[in-house]
Amino acid sequence: MEIVDKLLAHSRLALSKAITAVENEYDDAVKIMTEIYPHTGNAYVIGITGPPGAGKSTLTDKLAKEYRKRGKTVGIVAIDPTSPYSGGAILGDRIRMMDLMADEGIFVRSMATRGSLGGLSQKAGDAVKLMDAFGMDVVIVETVGVGQSEVDIVKTADTTMVVVIPGMGDDIQAIKAGVLEIGDLFTINKADREGTDKLNIEIEMMLELNPEHVGWRPPINRTVASKGEGIEAVVDSIEAHKAYLIDSGRLAEIRKARIKNEVTAMLNDRVNRYIDKEVVSTDAFDELVVKMQNREIEPYSVVDDIVGKVLK
Amino acid sequence: MANVKVLVAKPGLDGHDRGAKVVARALRDAGFEVIYTGIRLTPEQIAEAALQDDVQVVALSLLSGAHNTLFPACVELLKAKGLEDVLVIGGGVIPDADIPGLKAAGVAEVFTPGTPTSNIVDFINANVK
Ligand SMILES: Nc1nc2c(ncn2[C@@H]2O[C@H](COP(=O)(O)OP(=O)(O)OP(=O)(O)O)[C@@H](O)[C@H]2O)c(=O)[nH]1
Ligand SMILES: [Mg+2]
Repeated sequence: MEIVDKLLAHSRLALSKAITAVENEYDDAVKIMTEIYPHTGNAYVIGITGPPGAGKSTLTDKLAKEYRKRGKTVGIVAIDPTSPYSGGAILGDRIRMMDLMADEGIFVRSMATRGSLGGLSQKAGDAVKLMDAFGMDVVIVETVGVGQSEVDIVKTADTTMVVVIPGMGDDIQAIKAGVLEIGDLFTINKADREGTDKLNIEIEMMLELNPEHVGWRPPINRTVASKGEGIEAVVDSIEAHKAYLIDSGRLAEIRKARIKNEVTAMLNDRVNRYIDKEVVSTDAFDELVVKMQNREIEPYSVVDDIVGKVLK
Repeated sequence: MANVKVLVAKPGLDGHDRGAKVVARALRDAGFEVIYTGIRLTPEQIAEAALQDDVQVVALSLLSGAHNTLFPACVELLKAKGLEDVLVIGGGVIPDADIPGLKAAGVAEVFTPGTPTSNIVDFINANVK
C-alpha cells in the first residue's frame, strides 16, 4: 500500500494518516496493520500512568528530550478521556510538549478514549506499532491511571512507570488497588512539595508487602518535572529495568504474553461482532427470546444449539 | 467513529488564553475532540501539531494584533506539510478591515469577540471536510 510505503520511508503525514485510519476504523486499517506488522517489534515501549495532574505529560516531555540526548527517536501516544456527556474531549497533554514539535525525531499523537475502552487499548496498541514501524526507538504511552481500562493500556508497555505526587492525602490508598501494583518504577513528581519523604516511605512499605516483584525491586525516583530535575535518573532506571528484562529473559516472556492477549482480544472482538450480526439481531433470535419469556423453551439449550452451529 | 478533531492554538506573544479556553470547552461540549495547545506558539509548532494529530480544523486565536502575518503563515505551513484540506478559522480582536485579506490568505472564517460559540460550532459542522 502506498501509505505503508510512505510511512516506512519516514513520511510523518503517512504515519499520522495511518493512525487516523486505525483510530476511526477505516476500511483500510486492517490492511495497513497487516503490512506494517513485520516491521514492528523493535521499539521499546514505556507506559506512564498516575493520577490526574500528577505531571505525566510534563515528565513525558522531559523524558523524550533526555532520550533524544541519548540518540534515540521517540514516539508518544497521549491518551485523555472522552466526556461521557458530549462525546467530545479536551486533549491537553500536548500543551506540555509543544517544544518537541521542532524535533523530527519525535512524534506525538493525542488520542481520546471514545467510550469503548476495550477498543481503545487495541487502537493505542496499533498506534504504538505504527510508530514502531516508522522507526521510533522508544514509544511512550501516557494515560491517566483512574480505571482498569487505563491499566490495561499501560500493560501493553515493556516498562511501566507510575507517577505519584505528595499531598494526595489518602489518595495513595485509593490508587493502591490496581495501579500501584503495575509499577516497574515509581516516580514521585512535584518533589518540590511537602510530603515527599512521607510518600517515599509509604511506597517503600507497599513494595515491601508486595511479593510480586521477584528479581526486580521497583526503584523510587524523585523529580521536579516542571524544572527538569531528576530526569536523567528516571531514564537510567528505565534502562536498568530494560536490561533486567532482557538478561532475565522476561522481556521475551512478557512480549509473548502481550501478543497472546492481543490476539485473544481480536478473536473475542471478531466473534462478538459475528454473533451480534448473525445471531442477536435476527428476527429468529427475537422469536426465541419471546419463547423463553413465555417459558416455552429455556436458554441453556438455545445457547448450546447456537454455539454448536456458529463455532463448529 | 470519525470524530472531528480541532486544534485550538494561540500563535504569537500575547499570553491571555481565557477566550481560547472558552472556545475549547464549547467545542468539546459540541462533541468535538479538541487538542488544546496553549499560548505563545510559532506557526511551525502549530502546523506540526496539526499534522501529528491529523486534525480537520485549526482554530487560531490572537489578541496581539499580529494576525495579518501569523494567520497566513499558519495556512501556508499547513499546506507545505500536505494538509491542504484543513479548515483554518481565526478569532480574536481583529478589525473588520483585515478580514477580507485574511480570507484571501486562506482563513475560512474570522470570529470577532462577542460571537456566540454556537456560531463557531455551526460553521465547523457546515464546512469541515
Ligand atoms: N510544583 C510542580 N508542578 C509541576 C511539576 N511537574 C508538573 N507540574 C505542573 O503540574 C501541572 C499538571 O502537569 P501535567 O504534566 O499536565 O500533568 P498530567 O499528569 O499530564 O495531567 P493530566 O494528563 O491532565 O492527568 C502543570 O501545571 C505542570 O506545570 C513539578 O515537579 N512540580
Ligand atoms: Mg497529561
